[in-house]
Amino acid sequence: MVKTGNTGVSDLATRNSAHINDNPRMPEIVNGKSRFNLESGKYLKVWQGPQHPGITGNMSLELTICGDEIVECKTHVGYLHRGFEKLMERRKYIQCFPIVCRICVPEPDFNEYLFAATVEELAGITIPERAVWIRTLNLEMARLASFLMWIGGQAGAFGMGTLGQWTVTLRDYVLDRFEELSGGRIYHMYMIPGGVRADFPEGFRERLLETLETVESTLKDIELAMFSNGVFKKRAVGLGVIAPEIVDQFGITGPNARAAGFKRDTRKDRPYLVYDRLDFEVITATGSDAYSRAVVRLKETFQSIDLIRQILEKMPQEGPFFTKLPNPLHWKVPAGQIYLKAECTRGEYGYYLNSDGGDKPRRIYVRGPSYTHAVALMEHLSIGCDIADTAGLMVSLHTYPPEVER
Amino acid sequence: MSLKDLAAPFTVWKRAFEKPYTQIKPIEERPGAERYRGFHINDTDKCIGCGTCESVCQNEAIDLVPVTERETRHGDSGLRPKIDYGRCCWCALCVDICPTSSLGMSNEYIWIDEDPEVFRFVPGEDETSWQTSDKGYRRAEGYELLEGERVPMPMLSFEESRKSFVEMVQGYSREQAIAEADRCVACGICIATCPAHMDVPAYIDAIRRDDMEDGLRIVYQANPLPASCGRVCSHACEYVCAVKHKGEALSIRWLKRYIVDQIYLGDYRGVLESAENQNGKKVAVIGSGPGGLAAAYYLRLLGYEVRIFDANEKAGGMLRYGIPEYRLPYDQVDKDIEYIRSLGVEIHQNVRIGVDIPFREIYDDNDAVFFSTGLTDPYGLDIAGEDLPGVISGLKILDDVTDGRDPEVGKSVVVVGGGNVAMDAARTSRRYGAEVTILYRRREEDMPADEEEIHESRGEGCRLLTQAIPLRLEKGETTRLKLYWGKAEMIPDPEGGRPRPQLIEGSEEMIECDTVIPAIGQQADYAFLPEEISAKISFKRGMVQINEYRQTGDTKIFAGGDIANRKRDAISAIADGHSAAKGIDIFLTTPGKN
Ligand code: SF4
Ligand code: SF4
Repeated sequence: MVKTGNTGVSDLATRNSAHINDNPRMPEIVNGKSRFNLESGKYLKVWQGPQHPGITGNMSLELTICGDEIVECKTHVGYLHRGFEKLMERRKYIQCFPIVCRICVPEPDFNEYLFAATVEELAGITIPERAVWIRTLNLEMARLASFLMWIGGQAGAFGMGTLGQWTVTLRDYVLDRFEELSGGRIYHMYMIPGGVRADFPEGFRERLLETLETVESTLKDIELAMFSNGVFKKRAVGLGVIAPEIVDQFGITGPNARAAGFKRDTRKDRPYLVYDRLDFEVITATGSDAYSRAVVRLKETFQSIDLIRQILEKMPQEGPFFTKLPNPLHWKVPAGQIYLKAECTRGEYGYYLNSDGGDKPRRIYVRGPSYTHAVALMEHLSIGCDIADTAGLMVSLHTYPPEVER
Repeated sequence: MSLKDLAAPFTVWKRAFEKPYTQIKPIEERPGAERYRGFHINDTDKCIGCGTCESVCQNEAIDLVPVTERETRHGDSGLRPKIDYGRCCWCALCVDICPTSSLGMSNEYIWIDEDPEVFRFVPGEDETSWQTSDKGYRRAEGYELLEGERVPMPMLSFEESRKSFVEMVQGYSREQAIAEADRCVACGICIATCPAHMDVPAYIDAIRRDDMEDGLRIVYQANPLPASCGRVCSHACEYVCAVKHKGEALSIRWLKRYIVDQIYLGDYRGVLESAENQNGKKVAVIGSGPGGLAAAYYLRLLGYEVRIFDANEKAGGMLRYGIPEYRLPYDQVDKDIEYIRSLGVEIHQNVRIGVDIPFREIYDDNDAVFFSTGLTDPYGLDIAGEDLPGVISGLKILDDVTDGRDPEVGKSVVVVGGGNVAMDAARTSRRYGAEVTILYRRREEDMPADEEEIHESRGEGCRLLTQAIPLRLEKGETTRLKLYWGKAEMIPDPEGGRPRPQLIEGSEEMIECDTVIPAIGQQADYAFLPEEISAKISFKRGMVQINEYRQTGDTKIFAGGDIANRKRDAISAIADGHSAAKGIDIFLTTPGKN
């Protein structure tokens, strides 16, 4: 494992703008914004994306370049996610449950959990102990699957396609377990208000432990092949440095903030489900560049494996997994509002639910961390970056398209 | 950069010689997991077409459609869910909520066809290869979206109930009623089954909304005797309730009672439709039972001047004289009747048609006549000794109690019969301190009495003797009577009807008792009809023949209730009254009809 060590975050933080101001070809920076004349012939406007919905999303980048360096980046996003929120205002509570998982395709479970939890909180429903543990397990499995997808994406963005194939396969193994547990691979639709929809199938625990072993052993190879890779290091170290002072300004959370030295993790700071009964440390780094973020995420992937093992060890072996709800066809949730959050792979995931006491939510607002990271942060960090590194930079911020689009 | 940084990437080579993870033929070799949410299956014989799946589907991917060779029956709409895979998101909420558990999913997930139309299909009816799959998503045990258990009704204990005529069913509180109303899936199967087609889901919804006034309005649209019906209706609706497939049916009858109990009679006028208009036409109604009262109510709303003639001292017919107070307190019958009276319906009591006033006079005085005189003559047992002292008909006993006379049943009673009148006579005798035995010719499951009446009779200490045929009566030594009876065996009916009881030779037994109460049914008495009129009306097996407007062979005369309707319960009589009111209105207002 490479030490990200003391690269001197503040030095790196000023790297981008210093670079621009030193370079005679780059536009002059006034009040933090570049001022350039497109007519001068020095600059070119190109569009990057939308290319593939699964990678950098339906989002497109409007880039102004000078040579192969980016001097300005504007992000263009759609309204997919806001559409989901609006859709839910016209659906009964139970009917929102199959919608929410689509807000984040690679890691839908946080939406399921937070939707269920906000509704339960407003309605004063306590779910059974076993369901609480199963939900935690579900969320850690989701984190594992999501990190695996991310590793492949990051490796692929820097040309290491083989690693992408490995991790997608590993992710598939985790999805196999999801399929057994919930009946679905991608959209699990498993955590419903009141608990979960079914208990473990026969032999599930053993098969999950086996899967963890496979994932863990391959991950060790990935660690070697990717993180001890001169090319990867060359490209990732110093790329997209997030200055610690902008972390709060931009609302940066999750590994992006932790790689900048912030010891923040919702699972510790405001424990939900059974996280206060599990043994783990918040992982941080100080480099705050693409490389440090990758290291934090890799460690968190191992951490998820460990947490799943702990959960399987400690959880009650039997008991109910669902609390009877009022008839969902007529269920009215008491008036009130609530915001609950959870730590997904990309940071703070939040659900704001406002009920007017009717049978449909008055308003649901989803705070997906991708929005902050992909829009404002991307526009900021890409300046001075090579075109070839934009994809790597974008993936290093770990954003998911449907969460961005709004 | 260290040497490791250069060497480590070659780690990948070691895997070059491993078996690839990729599956070569994933289509053939990878079945979905045991509980995979694949394509839908439906056990269409179990499915009742309630449409609950349709109402939960947020994608509106389900439509209930008629399917060939499946007809509407009681408790089955005849429709079946059709699923549109252009919309479905495979959430399986429809499976979770299906009250009959007929709907499920197979673990099949590959379906290739060139015709896009086939992906809109009726599972279980349209042929698919996965219909018989036993794997795939099913609702897990321990996971229920609907509540199968009724909110328990506060009741008097049997200990208490058999000591007095206090109403046994105490009624729901607001919270209880709302909780019970919440179990409804609003499928409407009950509407089709209710003889009066009351809009049950709508009034149940009014309870959930806590809007009793609206509830009362909905109830009165089809039933102007809800305080009584809310207590004694035979609740055909509850037998077909979709939720019954999960456990217990909604207590529809008690919810109706709850609405009516919440509103004072004095406030009805402010809530319900008024009957201010007068159209100048007159209708006479003979009999103030549920049929007559219902007809009178709806006719009055249509602007008719309505007069009811009734032979008894008080109005209500069988509601008052055939049902004891512990099931239907008189003040509740009064509440229903008083409201109808308050709209301007005149009720003339103690008037026997043909004795106190000739039928002809009524006929000539009015634009139309509706009669619903009920079955008033009890059948005899047709056995020797039937005229001995101590043999009193069930109806007579119930009648006496209503009129405030204590029936002289003595210490031991045998009731013969298996209907509600038999149960009521038995339970009434019990309240007068007698030991009671109920003798019924067929099996318990063949008894026409309501389930709860049988249950409560037992609970109050009545002994039930089934497959028992009364043979003869003799005078007793220490008691008034000796009843000889024999055991019956059930002979299957070759035509598929109910099995018939047949006496087992030599199985004779005897019970000594003070009173024998025959309660094996009643028949109508049409003596009040003058010959020239009854000649125009046709009768079949003692019943008046009517058309869809409840009109008899004499165009001016309409009939309904037990005399014209085999169902023989209050709600059917009410439905008849309602239809007759419409029929009379059509007859009197549509040129050419009269
Ligand atoms: S909910 Fe079940 S019983 Fe009702 S229509 Fe749908 S499949 Fe049939
Ligand atoms: S699976 Fe979900 S979307 Fe599909 S028909 Fe059933 S309820 Fe509708």
